[in-house]
Amino acid sequence: MASEVTKGGSLVNFPVIRATAYVLVHAPDILMGHGTTITMERVKNPDSEYLKALPGHLRSFQEAVGYLPNQVYIGNAHPRQLTDHPSPWYQHPVEPRTQGRFGQILDQAEFYGLMKIADSFNLVELSAEFAASIKDKLPTANLSAKHFAQLDRTRDLQEIEEMVVSHQADGLYQDGQLVGCVREAHDTDPNLSAHVVFENLVCKASGVLALVNLLERFQIDPKEIDYIIETSEEAIGDMNQRGGGNLAKAIGEIGNCENASGADIRGFCAGPAHGILSAAALVRAGIFKNVVVLAGGSSAKLGMNSRDHVNKQMPVLEDMIGGYAILISENDGINPVIRTDIVGKHKIGSGSSPQAVIQAIVADPLERNGLKITDVDIFAPELQNPEITVPAGAGDVPLANYKMIGAMAVKRGELDKSELAQFTTSHGMTGFAPTQGHIPSGVPLLGVIREELLQGKIKRAMVIGKGSLFLGRMTDLFDGISLILEPNQGLSHGSELKLEDVKEQVRLILAEAMEQAAESLARR
Amino acid sequence: MDMANQARIKETAEKYGTDKVVVILGGAEAESAGLTAETVIAGDPTYAGPLTNVALGLPVYHIFELKDLIDPQVYEDQISMMEMVLNVEEIITEMSDIRSQYQDG
Repeated sequence: MASEVTKGGSLVNFPVIRATAYVLVHAPDILMGHGTTITMERVKNPDSEYLKALPGHLRSFQEAVGYLPNQVYIGNAHPRQLTDHPSPWYQHPVEPRTQGRFGQILDQAEFYGLMKIADSFNLVELSAEFAASIKDKLPTANLSAKHFAQLDRTRDLQEIEEMVVSHQADGLYQDGQLVGCVREAHDTDPNLSAHVVFENLVCKASGVLALVNLLERFQIDPKEIDYIIETSEEAIGDMNQRGGGNLAKAIGEIGNCENASGADIRGFCAGPAHGILSAAALVRAGIFKNVVVLAGGSSAKLGMNSRDHVNKQMPVLEDMIGGYAILISENDGINPVIRTDIVGKHKIGSGSSPQAVIQAIVADPLERNGLKITDVDIFAPELQNPEITVPAGAGDVPLANYKMIGAMAVKRGELDKSELAQFTTSHGMTGFAPTQGHIPSGVPLLGVIREELLQGKIKRAMVIGKGSLFLGRMTDLFDGISLILEPNQGLSHGSELKLEDVKEQVRLILAEAMEQAAESLARR
Repeated sequence: MDMANQARIKETAEKYGTDKVVVILGGAEAESAGLTAETVIAGDPTYAGPLTNVALGLPVYHIFELKDLIDPQVYEDQISMMEMVLNVEEIITEMSDIRSQYQDG
């Protein structure tokens, strides 16, 4: 095991980021049926102009795949390429590659197949014709064979239609045509309604896709995984335990991680950062060697800002379900480390003004460790794609974060005010992540950060997760957590004593002492 | 302006009277600050929330406009950083425009 030398000179084994994976699913029909902006409008104004115009603004799979921010998300382009790419990006497509260094983009039809495979209770029904059309396209490696066989259990399309018409099921549509459904799991429990089960299965299946990509791309044996932490925003459970959980184990089961246990961590958009922190702690404490932190995406958030996109004559860009998976392992002497001794947190007493938040999450942990804001080469705050948020009046979220971090550095005398604009580009990235709540929060840059730390391009990065807790109406507190990543100092620096070495040393000392004692006795 | 905040403003104004309520905004953008100001003066321009067709005529200011009224240390600790981040001038101009638009009308 490698060790890192801290300021005090003591030796610490920090956990490492061993692998990262990012996946997207193009889901235009799911957007139409499950995006809450659309479903709410259908209840309130079923004949609205917006609803009539919406289908004309949906993207094809090819358009979605050739969209540069999506290519950045799966690792085929660097986030900085967005800065120089002509905008609007949706009018300037790039080569539409479904496979990337970090993951893949799946189309909706294949995703329905994955939902069926991920379904442990026969709630997803697909027509025979549709199931046959997608079966050969799905990835089989690292998917449980037992669950893959689910695709052979099909249902008559007429029966599917009847279930949808009688509201016992939510339809699965491909290009507007019914091809399957998700059945309700209980006839009166609202938490097991077809709608909720649908949402939860979307999250589960996209989480499975992220896990499978992580294991395959980094050639990791699923049996190595000890623990899984799931960090989405969905609540899994029936009416007696809404949010009871364990999507983590549910996902690990389909991904063949038979030696893993797991649990879910929730914290709105900051969930992934809390998950990574917990995983790092489990590894650092020696409880587990390999912990996967992951999440699938959200059907409810699809088309969240589509009203503004339609009004501004844009394509509806929120048609992607996101997912990610990160493997945190014991120190291997190679991969970048998570400095568990430099953690920032927004405390209950921190206050919620933006200044107080940046102070608590960014400035305080650095100051405690004798570092300046400018000592961090890359910050990874919320990374929402600005082309989605700016037309909706929400501004450029990552840029606003970089400006705040830079302004804090100016206030602290670590940066000159004239350097503020430069700081946002030199220490920041252009946003590229889909607006899927927990997905944009720091985590999407981990793939790039890991590589650049490995290549020696950067020396230090900070990942920041932030959450708006008021959404659940239990508190109006803000939340945030930050982590520092650094290059691994390597085994050559390691001087930690292994137990075997210690035993050997003790043996030698004892042997020497006994020899001396024997000699001394002999002399007498 | 979101529905819940519109409802809270409406309720507060009805309870205490429109002459006893001042609305202070902290919005990050001129356009959204302007829309919020318009909502609490003349009613919800999007015709979606509780203030639709309800002209409360409330006095409304952005926090940046009230700098002189705030304890300098509190302003320094809570707001000064955002002065560097946001377009203060644009926000103040927008707020003044909206107020004068309805005062004159």
